[in-house]
Amino acid sequence: MSMLSFEKRYRVRGGTLIGGDLFDFWVGPFYVGFFGVLTAFFALLGTLLIVWGAAMGPTWNIWQISINPPDLSYGLGFAPLTEGGLWQMITICALGAFISWALRQAEIARKLGMGLHIPIAFSVAVFAYFTLVVIRPVLLGAWGHGFPYGIMSHLDWVSNTGYQFLHFHYNPAHMLAIAFFFTTALALSLHGGLILSATNPKKGEPVKTPEYEDTFFRDVVGYSIGALGIHRLGLFLALSAAFWSAVCIVISGPFWTQSWPEWWNWWLDLPIWA
Amino acid sequence: MKTMTRKTTTVAALAGAALLMTGCELPIGIETEQTGYRGLGMEQVTKRHLEAMKRSGMEIPDPERPAAAAGPRAGDIYENVKVLGDLNISEFNRLMNAITAWVAPEEGCNYCHTPGNFADEDVYTKIVSRRMLEMTYTINNEWTAHVGETGVTCYTCHMGNPVPENIWYEDPGFKQAGGFAASRMGQNLAGTNVASASLPNDVFTPFLQGDEPKNIRVTPRTSLPMGDNPYNLVDAEWVHGLMIHFSKALGANCTTCHNTNNFPEWQTSPPQRVTAWHGIEMVRALNNQYLNPLQPEYPDYRLGPTGDAPKTNCATCHNGFQLPLDRAQMLKDYPELNRVNRRGGQPEATTSAAADDVEAEAVEG
Repeated sequence: MSMLSFEKRYRVRGGTLIGGDLFDFWVGPFYVGFFGVLTAFFALLGTLLIVWGAAMGPTWNIWQISINPPDLSYGLGFAPLTEGGLWQMITICALGAFISWALRQAEIARKLGMGLHIPIAFSVAVFAYFTLVVIRPVLLGAWGHGFPYGIMSHLDWVSNTGYQFLHFHYNPAHMLAIAFFFTTALALSLHGGLILSATNPKKGEPVKTPEYEDTFFRDVVGYSIGALGIHRLGLFLALSAAFWSAVCIVISGPFWTQSWPEWWNWWLDLPIWA
Repeated sequence: MKTMTRKTTTVAALAGAALLMTGCELPIGIETEQTGYRGLGMEQVTKRHLEAMKRSGMEIPDPERPAAAAGPRAGDIYENVKVLGDLNISEFNRLMNAITAWVAPEEGCNYCHTPGNFADEDVYTKIVSRRMLEMTYTINNEWTAHVGETGVTCYTCHMGNPVPENIWYEDPGFKQAGGFAASRMGQNLAGTNVASASLPNDVFTPFLQGDEPKNIRVTPRTSLPMGDNPYNLVDAEWVHGLMIHFSKALGANCTTCHNTNNFPEWQTSPPQRVTAWHGIEMVRALNNQYLNPLQPEYPDYRLGPTGDAPKTNCATCHNGFQLPLDRAQMLKDYPELNRVNRRGGQPEATTSAAADDVEAEAVEG
């Protein structure tokens, strides 16, 4: 419990965006705030709606439970609860919870006088979800283009939506997103390995300083990005992965209706050789 | 230095964005169609301006005026009328006029006939078009599972061209080294048959002709052929290539016929897949029984690089539309096409034993 009393020193008043002092308190280790209340509300309501939808559905098999969006014929209007309306409400709850969570992060960052990097980074993930269930459906003109909320069913959606474009691996933004995901994993493993190697020297020797870390990579690849730089790079790679994922799906349909392999015909048609 | 970097970054970002945007369609005039249960992603997204462009070159000719009901038989009046002899001369001439407009509107009668001697059999196009009349009859009478009531006329494929725009030849590709390098399976090639994908691109040769065409319904579960499953991922790539042709030929996508959750499963497939299955059998039968056997009749310049006859695939009739000619009903105005007599008077069996086998297999599968 000494840990908690240590934390207590940083529990400072203020920094809230909404609600002033009203919600400026902690429950156990968790800061609440107005957006904490909102997050809890939306998360609970959304989860209960999913459970309700499952109760009305044909199965309690966790893998097969699915809350599907409305038919395309409902366009951008509201659908009856059992015909996609539930999906619409759950989507609102999910966005409410995710955005509240980001704003709660912002309040904590302000409270501590830190930068807003974490809420901004988290917002990129929320943006990717927002793209899938709001931006793309709105551009295509129907909520029914959103993906279903189910462990297996959302994979069916991914597969079918990909095959609408015959071969999704040729989607240039998909290529970028995958490249960034892989590079994120590479950078994280290099960084994790480096830090652990510096902090686990031979028995009896002192922990190695950042100069050692830099030297290691200078010896290996001729360059070290540096102790701060690796975190900038990591954040850039991770956010790029999520960002290009959002791009790769929003361009599929609204900005491209043919097969993805054919998008590359611009290359074949370059005036250099065409 | 910092401003320089910022400027460079801005310019690079703008140039990159511009490059990406030029490859895009505008997000306007979007039409969507749902082809499966809601939320499954079984959809077709189209753009109105692109659809209009696709239809811009297409004209449906007005039907010729109906023929007189009575009159002497063409077979009795004209010489060498071998498959249309049962028509009266009014019907016969009506059909000849229509065919001229459908197939050789610029070249006229002389595209198939020797001027002054219409009975002459020296022009290869006459021999071919006679066989094509029989083929049309076969399609409309034996393949209704695929062509339905709409059927086909010469115009379905020809659309005013002496040679239909979408035909295929065997394509051996570039000369390759031997051994393991003998076939590169279309790698590093933007194949025109497969929407510029780098998949095996001579997909028609193995699948759409021959007594034992390559099996399309392969479900590889291992990366190497093992146990009782003779298929591997390479087989799947061939099929993927062929299926891309299907999609492009029909202006459709994979989800038109499949729930990609499970490609081979018939229960979850849209009914279009059954129509397509009959279409595959039909194309194989037409290539085997009508188009390939015409090979000796063609002059060299009509043959492919390996000396094979021009053949049909999905695009030959569909031309980018799920319903050929964008659902125009032309056959109903030409009952003459359904009165073609078979050579020798006896209808030839066209559904071969091979096709029957496949049918049996489909029932099992």
